[in-house]
Amino acid sequence: MLKEYRTVTEVAGPLMVVEQVEGVKYGELVEIEVSKDEIRRGRVLEADGPRALVQLFEGSAGLNLASAKVRFLGRGIELGVSMDMLGRVFDGFGRPRDGGPQIIPESKVDINGNPINPYARDYPSEFIQTGVSAIDGLNTLVRGQKLPIFSGSGLPHAALAAQIARQARVLGTDENFSVVFGAMGITFEEADYFISDFRRTGAIERAVLFVNLADDPAIERISTPRMALTAAEYLAFEKDMHVLVIITDITNYAEALREVSAARMEVPGRRGYPGYMYTDLASMYERAGRIKGKKGSITLIPILTMPEDDKTHPIVDLTGYITEGQILLARELHRKGIYPPIDVLPSLSRLKDKGIGEGKTREDHADTMNQLYAAYARGKDAKELAAILGEAALSEDDRRFSAFADAFETRYVSQGNEENRTIEQTLDLGWELLTLLPVRELKRIREEYIEKYLPETRPA
Amino acid sequence: MAEGRIIKVSGPLVIAEGMGNARMYDVVRVSDSRLIGEIIEMHGDKASIQVYEETAGLGPGEPVYTTGEALSVQLAPGLIEAIYDGIQRPLDKIKDRVGDRIERGIELPGIDHERKWYFEPRVKPGDQVEPGDILGVVQETTVVEHRIMVPHDTRGIVRDIKEGEFTVVDVVATVETDDGSKDITMLTRWPVRRGRPYAEKLPPYAPLVTGQRIIDMFFPVAKGGAACVPGPFGSGKTVVQHQLARWADSDIIVYVGCGERGNEMTEVLMDFPELTDPRTGEPLMKRTTLVANTSDMPVAAREASIYTGITIAEYFRDMGYNVALMADSTSRWAEALREISGRLEEMPGEEGYPAYLSSRIAEFYERAGRVKCLGSDGREGTLTAIGAVSPPGGDLSEPVAQATLRVAKVFWGLDSTLAARRHFPAINWLISYSLYLERLEEQISKTVAADFGDLRKEAMQILQEEAELEEIVRLVGVDALSIEDRLSLETAKSIREDFLHQNAYHEVDTYTSLNKQRLMLKAVLDFHHSALNAVEAGVDFNDVMKLEVRDTIARMKYVPENEQERLNAVFHEMKAAFTGLAKAVGGEEVA
Repeated sequence: MLKEYRTVTEVAGPLMVVEQVEGVKYGELVEIEVSKDEIRRGRVLEADGPRALVQLFEGSAGLNLASAKVRFLGRGIELGVSMDMLGRVFDGFGRPRDGGPQIIPESKVDINGNPINPYARDYPSEFIQTGVSAIDGLNTLVRGQKLPIFSGSGLPHAALAAQIARQARVLGTDENFSVVFGAMGITFEEADYFISDFRRTGAIERAVLFVNLADDPAIERISTPRMALTAAEYLAFEKDMHVLVIITDITNYAEALREVSAARMEVPGRRGYPGYMYTDLASMYERAGRIKGKKGSITLIPILTMPEDDKTHPIVDLTGYITEGQILLARELHRKGIYPPIDVLPSLSRLKDKGIGEGKTREDHADTMNQLYAAYARGKDAKELAAILGEAALSEDDRRFSAFADAFETRYVSQGNEENRTIEQTLDLGWELLTLLPVRELKRIREEYIEKYLPETRPA
Repeated sequence: MAEGRIIKVSGPLVIAEGMGNARMYDVVRVSDSRLIGEIIEMHGDKASIQVYEETAGLGPGEPVYTTGEALSVQLAPGLIEAIYDGIQRPLDKIKDRVGDRIERGIELPGIDHERKWYFEPRVKPGDQVEPGDILGVVQETTVVEHRIMVPHDTRGIVRDIKEGEFTVVDVVATVETDDGSKDITMLTRWPVRRGRPYAEKLPPYAPLVTGQRIIDMFFPVAKGGAACVPGPFGSGKTVVQHQLARWADSDIIVYVGCGERGNEMTEVLMDFPELTDPRTGEPLMKRTTLVANTSDMPVAAREASIYTGITIAEYFRDMGYNVALMADSTSRWAEALREISGRLEEMPGEEGYPAYLSSRIAEFYERAGRVKCLGSDGREGTLTAIGAVSPPGGDLSEPVAQATLRVAKVFWGLDSTLAARRHFPAINWLISYSLYLERLEEQISKTVAADFGDLRKEAMQILQEEAELEEIVRLVGVDALSIEDRLSLETAKSIREDFLHQNAYHEVDTYTSLNKQRLMLKAVLDFHHSALNAVEAGVDFNDVMKLEVRDTIARMKYVPENEQERLNAVFHEMKAAFTGLAKAVGGEEVA
């Protein structure tokens, strides 16, 4: 029988203080009986002698200091895992949300997990074909990578994430694949977009969803992504599945973190976010990866909406320092009607080098990728120049680069939401666009590849 | 062994009472799971402890055991090829013991006490020895001879010395000192927060050759120097650090992954045994020690990892080696300081960082240097420290970058615009600097070629000119420029694309010797001079630009080091090309 305390002495925002407690442990899960039929949950943030500071996941509204009963459960927050999770929708705290029955767990796992020993990691090197040229060709995703989408409000990040979830394949394999979706503070409509898309394509059968909507308790968002990752770890490392985890929106998560930090009156770091936000985000993102000797993998795609499209905002900035690259969506391209509006220049996949080339994609991949980047950058410069001085001021070469940049955006980057290009199609398209440039400008490509792959027919 | 009681747990910070006998910076064991912690503040008999492991599940009332020792590393054969966490626990052995994930309270010595090494004496009974003298050596790997030194508190006459297979805890020598006879093992310990002593500090003079063209040619670092690489995310800090760890002509590399990605350490672990050192022909791993505290590992150990790394580096320096330490990233270390400082409720300085941030950073970089080691043979050792800095939003005005710039002598400023154009290494040549330039140039002009410095100066001038001309081009277009200026622009582009741009993933381009670097830059500048002459002699500018030899120059970076003739042939081809042009306009010889 657990001891019940009725000694709540203070409630402020998402925090609660319980006095005269005994044997409380840091990080422990707490149950608060607010009334006969309402139980809320919390977590010990500080165990200070007989005083415990508790973070309330569902907020403090309606909580009465005198009548609230508090129990310390002696364990951290756990998620019951089983294969029955597939096809189900849970709330942000892991309770069924789809009206289905409780799952019978195979085991219960602490959602905070333990760090992966870097020595036990296996380097991600298997190419994932997403069917999106701007990703496959230039910012290649590999199994076990964490690659966020940096977006802005009003940009089609949901459509892109759903497209990736739908089309992602590892070439030449037919292995177990599943999707774990964690939503923090997004709107019903956005969540519904994903769920319907998963239903429409049948992907729901191999998906697990954890959904905390905009009107669900804000502090619960701190545990939602960890629920999702715990489920993913179970599927990947216990059940040998290749798991794609999409979590959205990290911005809402960070705000919940800031709310707790502010309530604790901690010394803030940049823009009021806590100084430990880097560590906190890392403890989530680093759960992606591969482990030696294990078949499964976790590939993580977090989605962030950049406040004011600002790439230097702390949430975006810290994420960029932890993740292995980023896919950046640009409002300018979106306005031009280009889907997906991926701005390839500031986008990056750090792990691409090991995932491309002979035996993975094709031998010419790395060289053409570098060349396309360099040419697009030069073309954009030329266009800028032309905007000031007029087209006539451009040299012959610059005019060609400018035309290349346009073609690159409208033909290479742009594609349909349902269009699934193979890597060969993407690479060949790249070569086709390179014919717009003089051969002597193709400095980043080895001569033998130019001879082998550059199409003979030059455009007029 | 004294025992205290926990009274408060808040994240990585634990406060315990009944600790009156403990000293500042003593290591303690927290709770019965024996988590490792370090005392960082004392108030009466209350001690604030930073715990190097996850504290969830700890609570008031649990015991704290003092050890009476400062946080130390074990130093002995077995350091090379090891991979440690922030407090020198071997990650490979942790995996063997508990599996893929790091659990708490694991106690494992940093050095294998069972393994036997062949100890070969260098002194004989009756010899007088002083601290730092080399008693004997162990061939630790095919490239590293581990020198066993007389401990710092020992001086006297060798009474007994052994030869043969021993473990690190076996006695290999006995020295008769004034305080009686002393047994010496190969294993020593050293507290990480204290720099190891040396006889004398000396100014550095020799270049650390890295094979990275922009670094060696324009912003070189000295052996024994301190350098920093600040840059926003995605600008290639880690690739620069990895390239230095791969190709720098150091005897020993200590690589500290501090609060960074797990996969990056995995990459090092996978690549280094495969890659061969261009100088010894042996795998790079045979000279490397790794310290890895990835970003998901406990934050307090991140603070310690930097010190663990530099102490190991100093130990090899004391043997008389050139050692290079890479710390990626010092910003994560500073953030760990900030986090602990916040939990201690210290009054914050700038951006929440503690007020002592800059003195800690300065202390760290000051542990680099060229020294005359202890010992009667007067040998010299160097320790080069290269720290990555990850400023938020790439903004260098933040406290960590500023404090670092005050002490580091070399600044490689990474630029996200260059990175976005895939110009790597994305070191911005207009903002970077090296304060070692003059001193090193003297040395390089002796060992490589006398014109090394002149080539660099001219190339840098052209790059500066380009920056100014670009402003004009942006306003009035390239046609408004004189032919000379247009040529300068083309040459600057060639310097950027054909020389500075270097592909770390290309098998040849990844490393360039000083000799080849000189030839490459000389080719670009020779072309510039010849072109200038040709244009003055009446050759059409566009004809010069169409010369095929420009392609040959651009592809020099892909010519393997051992094909010297192909490199030399570029200069013949250039000469022939300009002679051809001159004939065409009927002028005189212009090349």
